[in-house]
Amino acid sequence: MSILVNKKTRLLVQGLTGSEGTFHTSQMIEYGTKVVGGVTPGKGGTEYSGKGEIKFKKSVPVFNTVKEAVEKTKANATVIFVPPPFAADAIMEAIDAGIELIVCITEGVPTRDMVKVKAALNDSNSRLVGPNCPGVITPGEAKIGIMPGFIHKPGKVGLVSRSGTLTYEAVKQLSDLNLGQSTCLGIGGDPIIGTQFIDAIKLFNEDPDTEAILMIGEIGGNAEETAADYIKKYVKKPVAGFIAGRTAPPGRRMGHAGAIIAGGKGTAEEKFKALKEAGIFVAESPAFMGSTMLEAIKSFKGKGKTEKTEVKKKATKKTTTKKNS
Amino acid sequence: MKIHEYQAKELLRKFNVPVLRSQVVFSAEEAGKVAYEKFVQQGSKAIVVKAQVHAGGRGKGIMHDIKTNKEIMFNEKPLRGVNVLVKGDLAHQAYEIAEKMLNNKLVTIQTGAAGSVVRRMLIEDGCSIAKEFYAGIVLDRQTGMNTIMVSTEGGVEIEKVAEETPEKILKESVNPKTGFQAFQARRLAFGLGLSGDAFKNFQPFITNLVKAYEELDCSLLEINPLVLTTDGQMIALDAKMNFDDNALYRHPDYEALRDISEEDPLEVEASKFDLNYIKLDGNVGCMVNGAGLAMSTMDLIKLSGGEPANFLDVGGGANPTRIANAFRIMMSDPNVKAVLINIFGGIVRCDKVADGIVQALKEVKVNIPVIVRLDGTNAEEGAETLKKSGMQFKVALNFADAAQKVTEIVGKAS
Repeated sequence: MSILVNKKTRLLVQGLTGSEGTFHTSQMIEYGTKVVGGVTPGKGGTEYSGKGEIKFKKSVPVFNTVKEAVEKTKANATVIFVPPPFAADAIMEAIDAGIELIVCITEGVPTRDMVKVKAALNDSNSRLVGPNCPGVITPGEAKIGIMPGFIHKPGKVGLVSRSGTLTYEAVKQLSDLNLGQSTCLGIGGDPIIGTQFIDAIKLFNEDPDTEAILMIGEIGGNAEETAADYIKKYVKKPVAGFIAGRTAPPGRRMGHAGAIIAGGKGTAEEKFKALKEAGIFVAESPAFMGSTMLEAIKSFKGKGKTEKTEVKKKATKKTTTKKNS
Repeated sequence: MKIHEYQAKELLRKFNVPVLRSQVVFSAEEAGKVAYEKFVQQGSKAIVVKAQVHAGGRGKGIMHDIKTNKEIMFNEKPLRGVNVLVKGDLAHQAYEIAEKMLNNKLVTIQTGAAGSVVRRMLIEDGCSIAKEFYAGIVLDRQTGMNTIMVSTEGGVEIEKVAEETPEKILKESVNPKTGFQAFQARRLAFGLGLSGDAFKNFQPFITNLVKAYEELDCSLLEINPLVLTTDGQMIALDAKMNFDDNALYRHPDYEALRDISEEDPLEVEASKFDLNYIKLDGNVGCMVNGAGLAMSTMDLIKLSGGEPANFLDVGGGANPTRIANAFRIMMSDPNVKAVLINIFGGIVRCDKVADGIVQALKEVKVNIPVIVRLDGTNAEEGAETLKKSGMQFKVALNFADAAQKVTEIVGKAS
């Protein structure tokens, strides 16, 4: 088991025929993801199998609208590669078509557009991951996004992070220590994102096959603090964490639109403190994200039997993943 | 993107947000002339000379001589960033102050000791203030809605108010489906204890401010202070406006508002190549792909005993030319005494990055230690390229090893 994505996931690609869409679709198919269709307005009715040097293993039907694609393919997930000016509209179209999981990779979506998207999401049954994120992968089953599949290993650690390459770094550290991953989720570095830390933590907490959680945050906002509070109250699995941006100067946007210390708020120190207070094992250095996770797992196992059985009970009770609204 | 107060006020005028009569000037002569012709001759009893820099805290900030670094005096008192003139020959004083301000630096709580050089000033009408308030609009990330904040504690640092007396900040969220409502404006007005003309004038003020925030794609709009004049007007005495960088493509006119002199020259150069570079004060340069990993690499440098000299994210599509440009920009900072290149290849292929590094080192003379850590896609091919180049790299095997190597180098240097 895993969260959000598995080998049964039927994926659409919005912006399939663009260069980003083409490259990453070929990679996703290669990894074993069931890509059932693509959407490129104006190219509906054709079959697409790559361009230039990129050739898909099998061709993918193209549709003009998401609604039509869902009707014809029974897709239940979509990944968005369209350019920033059209990304919000693409998400809206996917919400309208009732797709359960929407992953938006596009970087640079204006906040004003996302304010509207967020409101639309709140009234729907869709879950958005991103924008400006690497996507979601359940190792050995399927990947929706742009992460390099080969660094992952199937296993029991759930990973959630705001970043892209820092997530890969964390995955590598886990895999090197033989800590496989149940699902890895990059939630994105923008001020408004569909799935927050707390949502991902809830899903991992309820997933019986996720036995430990690694959470990688960064400066800006207070999503890490909110998640830490939830972990303190409800999570009975070992949790480790790291926060990037200890050395970031205030008032400067550190690449990600959301990574900014504003008005003295959102500093790494505050977040480290919140994590520690919630009993989370904190990696002081980004070089020790994997080893801190291992330490958390070991320490948890050493904590007597009663607590462990309790966890098992709790985990098996809730097998359904419920969306946080 | 940040803009100056005078630019923000020009934009606010278009949205019928009341601001005082003012004009930007670029020289002392112009300051004197404008102060006389446009203000004194028009009957102004008081005028204000305000330094225009992007940093906040100007009112309390003090002007420093750019060469001697000494405080600049005016009428036997340290010259501030904002000066209200009420007595004597106003135009002549405006001239004198502008002369003292121009090309000298304003040191405020936000600029740090380095200060910001003043190149433009705003000459503005004075007004008779009955009370000062605060008004600001920002995004609430948790709800995904824009939030209006007002407070009776105007003219002071709002962060301090938020910390010490949060109950003095009143908030209203804007529902994106219905927009800002009249009852919300009324609720804020009552909350501020306004009555009569002030109550009446506050409502269009705040409603238009919200409209400006939304239509201009702001990421921050702050009026501090928002003043109530003795004749019942609500006026934006100051204005701080930041734009959402992601929305700049919708506003081609903003390019003209950009003041490059407020930005670091290396950052300006980097932006030409779409590189995300922020100059810092440290001694270890770093070049990384991805913002999160770049921040972590800076943290790692600090933990290893060094100080990061920059933030540099070469992004996802890092080809050899891009890497070479990034390297050149990073190396043009004279404080850089060692370099850590940290690339985790996902989409980016390490062999391409290695090609770029080798190309860069052929173009830029480097006589400081360069630590390279390549991992992920085609890491082995990349390592091979570096080895074959015959250049002296310190190859780090992983993140922890990179930290160790930084520590060794920093230790030797000190």
